[in-house]
Amino acid sequence: MEKYLNQYLKETGKTHYVPYENPKLVVKDRTTLLDKQRGNVKIVDSIETAVKLSGLKDGMTISFHHHFRSGDRIVNMVLDVLEKMGFKDLRLASSSLSSVHSPVIDHIKSGLITRIETSGLRGELAEAVSHGIMKNPVIFRSHGSRANAIAEGNLKIDVAFLGAPSCDPFGNANGYTRDGVGKSMCGSMGYARIDAQYANYVIVITDNIVSYPNVPFGISQRYVNNIVVVDSIGDPDKIMSGATRFTTKPQDLLIAQRAARVIVNSPYFYNGFSIQTGSGGASLAVIRFLAEDMRKNKINASFALGGITGQIVELYEEGLIKKILDVQSFDLTAANSLKNNHLHQQIDADYYADPYKKGTAANMLDVVVLSALEVDVDFNVNVLTGSDGVIMGAIGGHQDTAAGSALSIIVCPLLRGRIPSILKRVNTIVTPGSTVDVVVTDQGIAVNPAREDLIKCLTENHISLVDINDLQKKAESIVGRPEKLPFGDKVVGEVTYRDGSIIDVIRNIEE
Amino acid sequence: MNGNKPIKLRRTMLFCPGNNPGMLSNAYIYGADSLMFDLEDSVSMKEKDAARNLVYQALKTIDYGPCELVVRVNPLSSEYGKADIEAMVAGGVDVIRLPKTECAQDIKDTEAEIEKAEIKFNVPLGTTKMMAAIEGALGIVNAYEIATASSRLIAIALGAEDYCANIKTTRSLEGSELFLARATIVVAARAAGIDCIDTVYSDIYNEEQLIKEAQAIKQLGFDGKSVINPRQIEPIHKVFTPTQQEIEKALKIKMALEDAEKRGSGVVSLNGKMVDKPVMLRALRCIEMAKASCAYFEKEEE
Repeated sequence: MEKYLNQYLKETGKTHYVPYENPKLVVKDRTTLLDKQRGNVKIVDSIETAVKLSGLKDGMTISFHHHFRSGDRIVNMVLDVLEKMGFKDLRLASSSLSSVHSPVIDHIKSGLITRIETSGLRGELAEAVSHGIMKNPVIFRSHGSRANAIAEGNLKIDVAFLGAPSCDPFGNANGYTRDGVGKSMCGSMGYARIDAQYANYVIVITDNIVSYPNVPFGISQRYVNNIVVVDSIGDPDKIMSGATRFTTKPQDLLIAQRAARVIVNSPYFYNGFSIQTGSGGASLAVIRFLAEDMRKNKINASFALGGITGQIVELYEEGLIKKILDVQSFDLTAANSLKNNHLHQQIDADYYADPYKKGTAANMLDVVVLSALEVDVDFNVNVLTGSDGVIMGAIGGHQDTAAGSALSIIVCPLLRGRIPSILKRVNTIVTPGSTVDVVVTDQGIAVNPAREDLIKCLTENHISLVDINDLQKKAESIVGRPEKLPFGDKVVGEVTYRDGSIIDVIRNIEE
Repeated sequence: MNGNKPIKLRRTMLFCPGNNPGMLSNAYIYGADSLMFDLEDSVSMKEKDAARNLVYQALKTIDYGPCELVVRVNPLSSEYGKADIEAMVAGGVDVIRLPKTECAQDIKDTEAEIEKAEIKFNVPLGTTKMMAAIEGALGIVNAYEIATASSRLIAIALGAEDYCANIKTTRSLEGSELFLARATIVVAARAAGIDCIDTVYSDIYNEEQLIKEAQAIKQLGFDGKSVINPRQIEPIHKVFTPTQQEIEKALKIKMALEDAEKRGSGVVSLNGKMVDKPVMLRALRCIEMAKASCAYFEKEEE
């Protein structure tokens, strides 16, 4: 046989072929599937072993996802190991960081972490950063911008540590499992999928090894180098619990109701429209009021996008929303729906919001409802720093969806206690006013003057509008003008825009 | 006929404890027709003075827009009553609400205090209006004399909790125990030519029952209802919103009225029939109600 083949290759000149180049592949592996899984090809005994195998070196970049929210144990667990192993000067590039990550402060002090890139910071870590604990400014990116930076190599991840509620011995991982019940559940793994795809080395950390193949999977085995099994990846109740409840706060309900009226009376409320709403307070409640109008007018949404909550799932199950694109699940109802409902699709951060891709879901939005810490008279929005100038939030998909949607609505109260939300100038520009169309407050609705079309349409439909300058003045007349914040000269944060450019900096707050 | 004077709607009166600065500062955003700041039952003894001062400051500083401002003062028989009235008149309140009104003399006594305060603070005499809450059997028996005791009275209201305790029963869902009191109040108010406001419905999570109760009291003839939570406002306003058919009919009557005024004729007729005065009044009221509920928008003058 080989003789004939050699002769054929010689005659045809197809010298790139070698007969039986890899002899191993013609030897059958006669073990069973069960045996092969027990072979533990990728499973290693500890995070330390996995780190050694990864070739991680000082100065490199490590990444994490934030799908476990405030229940996350992965970041702290891994950093403790890296600290013990003596690493220095690492760049921490988590999709976001929350209040549970205050131990990072110690790792900054020790020199383990010298740079941070994230969507947001909260709690003690955020305060420490605002008070200037880091030499290098934290780089803040939107979810879409991060996906793009990773894909384009502007944020090169050396080792990704990805916690997963289920994983099989070959690395097919997901935020839930159809193979029994895991210890915890996070639904979509949309942000982690980007890290898995583009990191040089991927370590999945799980507390639930399921049998091959773990389908459906959020992260494919093809990207996963090692798997580490730990006792617990996080606190299941804090990762997610129950269904997100609608607010009962009258002020939020009032704002939500007004926002829903804006949507219903805009040109973007038609059979087949698309929508994303935030998960908190007023922005979530919008969907409840909108649903009434959808039923009454027999209008269905073609899809809902984003961080998905139980409320969106209810509308899907009622048939009012046809499809769900889920980059992040916010509650157990959403996670269970992803598991069970066939038109509830897990998407990655790139599909969600990469500003440069054709078909990016955020760019297909008719309507987005977002919240804000501060809005200014030029419609710029701040979702990163609080009224005290301290970092306390995250960009998330704010920039991406405000710019991508045809109608972006910001919902916020005019005042929070004694703090005005509508200002002459926001402390930190996160989302530029040119992408913000409507601001709905409890004391009036303001439309961006650039949206003459909307002003005309809403006025014709008897929605009374106010000038945003009047809202600002009203706030000031009630609570006065806030004192200047004690900002220092040190830049502690660089706020980037979704296109990768810089839009603002955050300065340190002096004690 | 004065067709231009807007009719004051009192579909909802939102109850705000007078010791709650958060609620006092933005109670006007929810669209209630009236706000009632309470110095009486929702304020504990040791907070009476602080609440009075807080409400006074709120009246002086906050722009409540078109909301009618009502303050429920402590009874004159208590040590706080007089000071409450004085401070509220000084603050420029629209309406003083008396609790537990039992007879015409209660009204007259309060009116005397109001008058004193108006003189003291240079408020034009008669500016401050009054509302009386009837909260017991005696008040119901005396409803008409109460309703006609002062020209300052703009409405009488039912306080059902105290009333039920007084007649030795409890409140039920269907409200049979309140039937006589409600009907008496409506009849007394109408006989006196003033408004009547129904009691609160206290389960804020039961919107269905709230709507049922609002429909029932609307049918009885009430102008509106007291509410204890902003979320009760919209459902009640919806109940009081006229239907499209009612609005169209009212508009035709209004046009006929304007037509008659133009012609200088005292007789208004529609489709060849004379329109009675009560029908006209009802039509105008229906249009006001429709405008207030955003069910009808008057065309701007060309």
